Amino acid sequence: MTEPARRAHLVGVGETRYTKWGKIGDVTEHALACEAIKKAVADAGLSMDDVDGLASFAEDRNEAIFLAAEFGLPELRFANMVWMPGGGGTCAAVSNASMAVETGQAEVVVVYRSLCQGQYFRFGQGGPPRAAPPADAPPPTVQPASSMMLASIGFTMPYGLLNAAAAYALPTRRHMHLYGTTTEQLGMIAVTFREHASRNPRAVMGSRPMTLEDHQKAPMIADPHRLFDCCLESDGACAVVVTTAERARDLAKRPVEVLSSAQGTPKGYAFGPFSNANIADEIYATGGCESMAKRLYARAGVGPADIDVAQIYDHFTGCVLMQLEDYGFCKRGEGGPFVESGALAWQGGSLPTNTHGGSLSEAYIHGLNHVVEGVRSLRGESTSQVEDAEVCLVTAGACVPSSALILGRR
Amino acid sequence: MTRWFPDGMPQPLADSEAVAWWEAAAEHRLVVQRCTDCAHTRLPPAPICPECRSDGSEWHEVSGRGEIYSYTVVHRPIALDQQVPFVIAVVALEGAGGVRMISNIVDADPDELSIGLALEVAWEDMSDDLAIPRFRIVR
Repeated sequence: MTEPARRAHLVGVGETRYTKWGKIGDVTEHALACEAIKKAVADAGLSMDDVDGLASFAEDRNEAIFLAAEFGLPELRFANMVWMPGGGGTCAAVSNASMAVETGQAEVVVVYRSLCQGQYFRFGQGGPPRAAPPADAPPPTVQPASSMMLASIGFTMPYGLLNAAAAYALPTRRHMHLYGTTTEQLGMIAVTFREHASRNPRAVMGSRPMTLEDHQKAPMIADPHRLFDCCLESDGACAVVVTTAERARDLAKRPVEVLSSAQGTPKGYAFGPFSNANIADEIYATGGCESMAKRLYARAGVGPADIDVAQIYDHFTGCVLMQLEDYGFCKRGEGGPFVESGALAWQGGSLPTNTHGGSLSEAYIHGLNHVVEGVRSLRGESTSQVEDAEVCLVTAGACVPSSALILGRR
Repeated sequence: MTRWFPDGMPQPLADSEAVAWWEAAAEHRLVVQRCTDCAHTRLPPAPICPECRSDGSEWHEVSGRGEIYSYTVVHRPIALDQQVPFVIAVVALEGAGGVRMISNIVDADPDELSIGLALEVAWEDMSDDLAIPRFRIVR
């Protein structure tokens, strides 16, 4: 067990402006990373000279060694990128930073994510429609895969499975088949998070109210995913500062303890439904997080009933619904009626969720903004504050190898 | 020779394990990989059996019939001149020891699709060297 003085705490958060993808052109994604890191360190009441660790995930393009040199950090003692792909690694980045401070490898680790889809490429479409090959192009054939990831998706790409909206429609469609889940129930998730965003000045969709009728009338992207079942594509960056309990005691803001963290993937899951048609039948129509959730709760010594507020990774509404079951807030198959009951609403809900608006309505910063909101919701600083919230669940991308945190205020 | 998708669709990317699968496909043979020690079947091709960790395997040809395990109707094109909507499905293959594969369902009205519907393979020759196994509804 970690000695109490070294228990990991989240002591600072920072973010840049969040915009629709492609709207940040005056500064680079790299400069945004620096801005978010500086703001988070300042929020904690620390100096950049205190920072000795940097951590990120999801193939962030801003490598720690260069950031450390640019910031003039006295010594970089810990740098880490998560092994899990994409947004599944969000909470694992915080988890790894926590392990670093708890084992004494580092004292102050900043976890960051900067993402300007407009400056590089849009995730959501799987690339622009491919042009017809030129007349003298060689005939289509099998091309060599240069990595296991490319070999994996290269086995399914020829069928046009290139974007997440189509990939995660597959388990969601099966969930609807098995349990009678409806598109209106999915829509309730999007509408609820949009309402939460209406109070959040950072939210990209904060001034765009949405009704269930709006959701139902939105264009179909990949059935059952309509436009508003899909998260935003955004430009922006955010960061979170992790340090020890001892160090946290004297800092600027009320510290938030990492009660537990977990990361993992079930047997045979690989990259999840994006490339894997052979996920075990028992867990195909799930977020793939159930076994990890049990470990997470056990380590924190709490259960689903103890969660006061949740920040659940919402790349797609169906993935939220399946995670609610994975994390034990309702039985398997009952996610639809659970969200229909209004459970996720800030006011009157049994499990206020994504109080910032989530990736569906605040911004898509690969879920690190959910960790930021988790900290705010336990400091009492959320724009949809849950009164006396003491325990917050934060999850990373589901339907891929995933990770999660339980945060607490003691 | 029926074509459903344009030449600009993404080409398969294969590591050394999967090349033989595509070679069989070029001959319109749909195969799954079967462990020569414990007979567990698997796709995509991989060097190790996940059940008994044996590295022995053989190619087992299946009937080409199957059923819809799940599906999505996609309304955004992947390649220029591609007809939308198009259907991506998880197909549970008959006689394959439970193995499923990602494919497309062609010549179907999206409204007639449902999980459990019987399918059969429909080969699309993209070139002399590349055939893609798509599926159609058994009528």
